[in-house]
Amino acid sequence: MLTWLQFFGKKGLSFFERLGRANVFLLRVLAGLPTLALHPRLLVQQLYFVGALSFWIIAVSGLTVGMVLSLQMYNTLVDFGAAESLGPVVALSLVRELGPVLAALLYSGRAGSALTAEIGLMKATEQLAGMEMMAVDPLKRVIGPRFLAGFISMPLLAAIFSAIGILGAAFVGVGLLGVDSGAFWSQMQAKVDFHEDIVNGIIKSVVFGAVATWIAVFEGYDASPTTEGVSRATTNTVVYTAFAVLGLDFVLTALMFGDK
Amino acid sequence: MNSVLDGENKAMMAGDTDSLVKARGLHFSHGDRAILDGVDIDIPRGSVTTIMGPSGTGKTTLLRLIGGQLRPSAGTLLVDGQNVPDLSRRELFFLRRRMGMMFQSGALFSDLTIFENVAYPLREHTDLPEELIRDLVIMKLHAVGLRGARHLMPSELSGGMARRVALARAIALDPMMVMYDEPFTGQDPITVGVIMDLIRRLNDNLGLTSIVVSHDVAEVSAISDRIYLLSNGKVIASGAPQDLRQSDSAWAQQFLNAEADGPVPFQYPAREYLDDLLDLPQ
Repeated sequence: MLTWLQFFGKKGLSFFERLGRANVFLLRVLAGLPTLALHPRLLVQQLYFVGALSFWIIAVSGLTVGMVLSLQMYNTLVDFGAAESLGPVVALSLVRELGPVLAALLYSGRAGSALTAEIGLMKATEQLAGMEMMAVDPLKRVIGPRFLAGFISMPLLAAIFSAIGILGAAFVGVGLLGVDSGAFWSQMQAKVDFHEDIVNGIIKSVVFGAVATWIAVFEGYDASPTTEGVSRATTNTVVYTAFAVLGLDFVLTALMFGDK
Repeated sequence: MNSVLDGENKAMMAGDTDSLVKARGLHFSHGDRAILDGVDIDIPRGSVTTIMGPSGTGKTTLLRLIGGQLRPSAGTLLVDGQNVPDLSRRELFFLRRRMGMMFQSGALFSDLTIFENVAYPLREHTDLPEELIRDLVIMKLHAVGLRGARHLMPSELSGGMARRVALARAIALDPMMVMYDEPFTGQDPITVGVIMDLIRRLNDNLGLTSIVVSHDVAEVSAISDRIYLLSNGKVIASGAPQDLRQSDSAWAQQFLNAEADGPVPFQYPAREYLDDLLDLPQ
């Protein structure tokens, strides 16, 4: 009994100790962000690496998700004679939920894991320590640009996912399944509210972007400087981000849409 | 080259006994394990001082304490009169601009060319125009014999070349002190000779103070003015290389002469050999 208590107690303490370090790490990164104004090139480089290079996976995934969503929703709606509601159904699904959540999960798998691996390898090859010994703060030069790039990129990637998803849904619904084009778009325009739906979706993607990038850079920075350590950190990034995004999605959805 | 490697100690001959680094009662632990257990060290200005000892004895830890990457649990550590553990982050960063460090792996930035690596501290800490930075980088690379390789990437370098570039970067800001972490480990004899020559020559020509962490006895004996032997977190012996050879410490003799058995026993503690073979009851 005591052994189990000791085991769970140790695990719990370890979890909270790590969470505390992650919070201190985040505060130090945020405090160093203003210095990026002196080195805009660092941010631009990371925006390309984290954001622009994620475009194709986001675009293709958005397209296929939109097409499948349209197909699935049509099969259900047509039974109720509500096929003309296909437009707002897919738009609301994408803008409120699927866009932010799936974009965050894809971002974590592609860019987040790459950030963790890169930072972890820099730690393992003593590049971060070398930078510190040259009196350059790696939190400002290495971590800060990557964090800010992820924070900026995620909402844009989520918007691209939703937009291309809607186009894919339109292609399937209107082009292939024969839903009236006017009904598809006009009902979408009527039922999708900018503040309640689009802005809330943007808020979600901003929160997911911050959390996903925070986890990615912290896992890399905190990784054991060995091959196994970097490998474990990369896996942790994807897993922890998935847990965090899905958990936060429920909380945010309850706060935003729970009283309707 | 021979005159350089004779270990001529210009600072000591000039009567300058001022210590750039002074550690008193230095303690450091990792968890429950004491790494440094009351270490006193003096590193004179202008000298090449080596910290030697078996693996895991705290040599690299000592370098990290001097550089402020770790904080001791007790004791004082003065670098150029400043107590490093008491410095704020800003003060520590100012002090580090006057230090250079050559890591065992080189620690070069893998996405920058050799030229960009050496130029990095100059661009970060000075407002020098690009033309002047270019001249300085070329001079530093020429000093280590790699001026012609400046457009290569770190992945295209051999291990020895990477360390030479790391050395050029470490002296880019003309520091007062350079620390070397295992500079000879895993290198071929020619590269070892080159690095030995560079450590001694740069130390004397640039007026540096050099701290070398190594367990390569022959190499450091040839270039060091003073050697500290660490074991079990304490300084076991110290002195000029020729004086250490005369030391009456059995441990120092075992280490310096690479003897297989002695105060550090060959056999891991166990019961009597015959009893074990015959499987007698304990």
